[in-house]
Amino acid sequence: MTPISRRKLITSGLAATAGVSGLAVASHLSRRFGLIPPDCAGPYGLGTTLTYAAQRLITTHSLARQFPRGMISKMPFANAIAPPNADFKAHQANGFANWKLAVDGMVAHPTSFSLSDLRSMALSSQITEVACEEGWSYIAEWIGTPLIDVLHSAGILPQSRYIVYHSIEGDWWDSIDMADALHPQTLLTWGMNDGDLPVSFGGPLRLRVPRQLGYKSVKFIQRITATDSLKGFGKGLGSSEPEFGYAWYAGI
Amino acid sequence: MPRTTPLRESENPRHSALVRLTHWITTAAFFALLLTGIEIVISHPRFYWGETGNVNMAPLVNLHIPSSRGTVPTGYRVLPDQNGWSRYLHFEAAWVLVLTGLLYLGASLWNGHLRNHLLPPRGHRTWRAYRDVIAKYLRRRPPSEESGANGYNVMQRTAYLIVIFVLFPLIIWTGLAQSPALVSAYPFLASALGGRQSARTLHFLVSGAILLFVLTHIAMVIHAGFRSHVRAMITGHADTPAPTQPAHPSVAPLPEQP
Repeated sequence: MTPISRRKLITSGLAATAGVSGLAVASHLSRRFGLIPPDCAGPYGLGTTLTYAAQRLITTHSLARQFPRGMISKMPFANAIAPPNADFKAHQANGFANWKLAVDGMVAHPTSFSLSDLRSMALSSQITEVACEEGWSYIAEWIGTPLIDVLHSAGILPQSRYIVYHSIEGDWWDSIDMADALHPQTLLTWGMNDGDLPVSFGGPLRLRVPRQLGYKSVKFIQRITATDSLKGFGKGLGSSEPEFGYAWYAGI
Repeated sequence: MPRTTPLRESENPRHSALVRLTHWITTAAFFALLLTGIEIVISHPRFYWGETGNVNMAPLVNLHIPSSRGTVPTGYRVLPDQNGWSRYLHFEAAWVLVLTGLLYLGASLWNGHLRNHLLPPRGHRTWRAYRDVIAKYLRRRPPSEESGANGYNVMQRTAYLIVIFVLFPLIIWTGLAQSPALVSAYPFLASALGGRQSARTLHFLVSGAILLFVLTHIAMVIHAGFRSHVRAMITGHADTPAPTQPAHPSVAPLPEQP
């Protein structure tokens, strides 16, 4: 073997090793810093992973745009009717007096909050836009309790990586990472435009995630679960949307 | 491959390997974006100006086409809903387009493709140069392009520069301006355009302008010889024998006046 080819062998061997370990390090760092979405497999995984990773690096602490009061939409579009199930109708007939938000999973004290418990906590309000994946949008004032306050009062454990939230509509559930869960604008919303949150807009309780599209702001929330893995939820894709073919991360 | 000895040709192909590769990747990404963009539009075929817009508000433009969602009162909901995979693919193809575009732009600045093939040569930056080319097209005698990319006339060069430096940046900007997460970090992305709905409307209009360019581009390629031009963009060489005249200078002289 000539010295040249040996040098080539060593160089390409080193390059290959560097490439493989570079990829391994990138993959490890991505997982460690939460840059890989749960729906990263399949033909569209590359695109949604690039979007999620890029936006997590740029937007971790950014605040959704707030608008002046004069820009609140006069006629916001209610994209929903009341859930048809009997449970919801019973709650509605009762004025939602028995509506409970259960908080469980990786928390020190699993607990549940009534609507008046939530209303007695620190109030937060924001004038932000709801943008639907269909293309339409409206601005409203949203009033509620920051999710971070509820998580802290339940004693969320540091190993939590996602918050899973469930609607009273059984097949409608979603999750967000801690960057969104601990974000000051992520709001357990019970009021809208100086009144109670109407049922058609997700009342009595909707989780507003204003830095993502409207479908992440799930309506009629009854339960939130802190977890370090999304594997045990549904098909493990992070929410019901990927099971219908929609991206888990909707920051676009 | 042609039976001529393409030694000189292969050293100096009509289109470089990088131009060919990025051309076809961009083509695939464009048609993926076009198809999925149409699918997304038909879920709400109305356009607004300003920050907000929904079916309770007056649209700027209402496309009277069937919708794929019941939220739009077109009255004839007939189309199947394809938004899920369309959105996934739209954003994936956008990544491919942007990364390919950056590769093309960086290489073209580095290797002189931009300066030599796309910027109109110094003597051609005149209205007369444009008028001459337009006149030749109108007489249905397109200006010859003897030496491939070196021979792009001022109209071609201008069209390519507008696509690369005006339409592509605009379509990317108006797309990013619709991202609630990115706009939270960079609010001017949306506010400089007049708001989220303005961005969406402009995104649609700019995509129409790009589609117009693509259709014109295809028509011109058909007019100039579809097979040889497509072959040149795939293999790097037209199927005609190598030209016998000496190599052309990279800046063609001003055409003679009749």
